[in-house]
Amino acid sequence: MFLHEARLKRQSIFDSLFRNLTRVAAFSVLILLAAIIGSLVIGSMPAIHAFGFGFLTSPDWDPVNDQFGALVPIVGTLITSGIALLIAIPVSFGIALFLTELSPRVLRRPLGVAIELLAGIPSIIYGMWGLFVFAPLFADHVEPWLNEHIGVLPYIGPFFSGPPMGIGILTASIILAIMVIPFIASVMRDVFDVVPVMLKESAYGLGSTTWEVMLRIVLPYTKVGVAGGIMLGLGRALGETMAVTFVIGNAHELGKSLLNPGNSISSALANEFTEAFGELYTAALIELGLILFFITFVVLSLARYMLYKLGQREGKAS
Amino acid sequence: MIDLYTRRRIANATGLTISVAAMAFGLFWLCWILWTLLGRGLPALTPIVFSQMTPPPGSSGGLLNAIFGSLMMTIGGTAIGTPIGILAGTYLAEFGQRGWLAPITRFINDILLSAPSIVIGLFVYEVYVVHVKHFSGWAGTLALAIIVIPIVIRTTENMLRLVPSTLREAAASLGAPQWKIVSFVTLRAARAGIITGVMLAIARISGETAPLLFTALNNQFWNSDMDQPMANLPVVIFQFAMSPYEDWQSLAWAGALLITFSVLTLNILARVLFRQSASTH
Repeated sequence: MFLHEARLKRQSIFDSLFRNLTRVAAFSVLILLAAIIGSLVIGSMPAIHAFGFGFLTSPDWDPVNDQFGALVPIVGTLITSGIALLIAIPVSFGIALFLTELSPRVLRRPLGVAIELLAGIPSIIYGMWGLFVFAPLFADHVEPWLNEHIGVLPYIGPFFSGPPMGIGILTASIILAIMVIPFIASVMRDVFDVVPVMLKESAYGLGSTTWEVMLRIVLPYTKVGVAGGIMLGLGRALGETMAVTFVIGNAHELGKSLLNPGNSISSALANEFTEAFGELYTAALIELGLILFFITFVVLSLARYMLYKLGQREGKAS
Repeated sequence: MIDLYTRRRIANATGLTISVAAMAFGLFWLCWILWTLLGRGLPALTPIVFSQMTPPPGSSGGLLNAIFGSLMMTIGGTAIGTPIGILAGTYLAEFGQRGWLAPITRFINDILLSAPSIVIGLFVYEVYVVHVKHFSGWAGTLALAIIVIPIVIRTTENMLRLVPSTLREAAASLGAPQWKIVSFVTLRAARAGIITGVMLAIARISGETAPLLFTALNNQFWNSDMDQPMANLPVVIFQFAMSPYEDWQSLAWAGALLITFSVLTLNILARVLFRQSASTH
């Protein structure tokens, strides 16, 4: 009897040990985030002191004279990600539509896996392929055409004229688009799958075409989730490093043309960080990292919030 | 004047055609990239790649030290990240019904899951490399572990939630203490799914380049000391591909082929494994 009680007691000690062990592990995630933000802030202190808010708006990047500004990489990051989304959103929608509505059942799984494999290819491979295969083709065939036909148009012309070098903002954006397509497409497919079959069948019963069902039933029902998926893709595109580094050209200039080489936050970091000399240079680069983390944090938070809201609605509907 | 009916049919046909085209567009890039990799990587993939060290510019050599370094850091990162991830995931699924910790952790974890990996590299540089004053294999391992943790947490939680609660109740009614229920009943039931998550995490980190740039750096020579700068495939590929030397570039293609196919194999294996275990339930 006595022995039995001792055993019970031991088990309850184990219980609380185990529970606290898992709690500490969960807590370590919070500590990790705090440590990341903290260390970046501390690391960028010299640059924050030296440049203040001017860092965000100054286009200078002159390591020799210790003058640093983040405008060029920030704009580069936003523009490449923006163009990437412009291309990726319609394509992802098409893929998700195909996978949920059109594809024969047998092909649905293998094709879905194929698209997910596109997400599995390491980003450095995209970069290499972009530099050696895509950029030369782009320079020889697409960019001269852009120069001749779109470069002469009013308003948008200047964005598409310039020396056809292959590497530059536009090339980086296209490669980014290919990289985020699988992320957006798989979220879209997943949220399209939660639309109650009853709703779709009713619309079909009233004589809607597949396209109308997609645009008028499925898309409105899942719009929050679709927006969440797009934000998730945006988060990916903003932080993508290696693929961009290979093809963006790494020039600290704010050219008007999309064919010009440019820079993004992550490619500036990848290229310059290990070669940075002096405290201020390093601090400026770390501050770039901090800005990148902040932007992606906001974007990803929004994404999660939207997907969460769709999840709630799904719970209510069923 | 086209009547409404025809117009709707045309819109439908156009929309669906575009959808098929989008699918073809996606597959087209996948095939193109894989084709390029095979075309350029296979000729360069000789036995020498696996038996010699990375060469100085302009001479031939292999990738042995880089392959070894990548293996060491991937194994290390997985070994550190997996237990933490599984424990935290267990907390979220089994103990986190009440209180503030679970929802916040879940939210933060989802953000870390897609946080830019280069920032992880910066973080490890700041907290580790700066203090020990040199790049090292350990720093690289640490950066990879930080990438593994959120992936494992996510899949562990999801998989544990799939375990029917009747299993837990059955164990509890037999008088099993909670730690035994979780570790011998629910975690065991979710085993296949968790292994899948770990495999996906390995696939993800074996191609990661950005976090290794400022942590493990690179090393031209054989090195098995984790406290020294360590060669690894992604960074070697980056350096060699950006170089003007033909020999280096072709080695970079060989390395790229190696990495991509191991990553894709892991991805497919993970899916097959998960499907098999799901169908036996």
